[in-house]
Amino acid sequence: MNREDREYMDIPGTYVMDGRHCRQGYHLNMFCMSLNQAENRDAFRKDEAAYLDNYKLTPEQRKAVLERDWLELLRLGGNIYYTFKLAIFDGHSMQYVGGEMSGVTEEEFAKMMLGGGRSVEGNRSKKAQER
Amino acid sequence: MARITTGIGSSHVPAIGAAIDNGKTQNDYWKPLFDGYQPVRDWLKENKPDVAIVVYNDHASAFGLNLIPTFTLGVAESFNPADEGYGPRKVPVAEGEPDLAWHLAESLILDEFDMTIANEMDIDHGCTVPLSIAFGEPAEWPCKIIPLCVNVIQYPPPTGKRCFDLGVAIRKAVEAYGEDLNVAIFGTGGMSHQLQGERAGLVNEEFDRAFLRDLTADVPGLVKKQHVEYMREAGSEGIELVMWLIMRGALGDAAKETYSFYHVPASNTGAGIILLEDE
Repeated sequence: MNREDREYMDIPGTYVMDGRHCRQGYHLNMFCMSLNQAENRDAFRKDEAAYLDNYKLTPEQRKAVLERDWLELLRLGGNIYYTFKLAIFDGHSMQYVGGEMSGVTEEEFAKMMLGGGRSVEGNRSKKAQER
Repeated sequence: MARITTGIGSSHVPAIGAAIDNGKTQNDYWKPLFDGYQPVRDWLKENKPDVAIVVYNDHASAFGLNLIPTFTLGVAESFNPADEGYGPRKVPVAEGEPDLAWHLAESLILDEFDMTIANEMDIDHGCTVPLSIAFGEPAEWPCKIIPLCVNVIQYPPPTGKRCFDLGVAIRKAVEAYGEDLNVAIFGTGGMSHQLQGERAGLVNEEFDRAFLRDLTADVPGLVKKQHVEYMREAGSEGIELVMWLIMRGALGDAAKETYSFYHVPASNTGAGIILLEDE
């Protein structure tokens, strides 16, 4: 089956970590994971651009890392558990990143969660949204 | 003979661990959740297991994308808390139960479940947060720990059926172990949540409550649930719930629910807990 035809491709606002996504984002994600180690965090803090030279990132991926474009990181193969390492490095919460990816502030995102979270109604299917 | 007496399903949200570590469990945000956990803590004090098998997933801590085993069994003498980017959680080192763990590895592989065996493995919040939820903040965890790490990040994770069948095989293996041990099994992760993308923050309370109910009311229905249904209905990260089915498979058909509780939100997640007892 073509990747485009897989059922999960119909879920809106969702970047499934399948084989294609893994290949696209491998080096980006492994850069993010390297921040698990304190000495790497220190080196990245000292000179972000120089540290990124250690990883085979595309120019787009490099730009998205330096600009902390959280949604673009996913589009370029990032996986949230990996890209969140960069958010941890910056001292950000998952709610901050959630807000950034969905176009609201951290406060608005936190408020949505207190209200029971984002409803699944209307968010199940791209095809249904188009209708 | 060893016996699996207890099954616990629980979310493993890192913020729950942080609330414990930072002394915030009694504030307005967290108190309702921790009040909901208390009956499980009380029950476990009265019914202390000798060993806990903790089914969880690693989050880019012990495993990266360089190596992605589907099922990994920890056979080490001990497991250190992982540094996930903030420095390791200040929780006890988990003491392993290598003799039982090796018995499980051998039995499961000969039973055609091709386990990966880990002699060294740091455990991240996926494993340590459920221990904190269950046991609070002791100087040492009150029982031995066997971590069973499942890939649910790289698609495809194992199917719900495969997870359930692995649980059944774990039960068989535990019962074939000579020493008299009281074994608990934790299935962790979930419940509904989506951390990523424009759909971040998705929670589906109806789905979660049905899942809790069906752990006793309709196990075959849960086992048949497909990946895409979890992702669509419970969020892309809600697929972690397949790990609860390993726990469920390890309890008998007639297992009964002793307690369950559900609360929204814990950070970005619908948080549930269930305590099942073998008949």
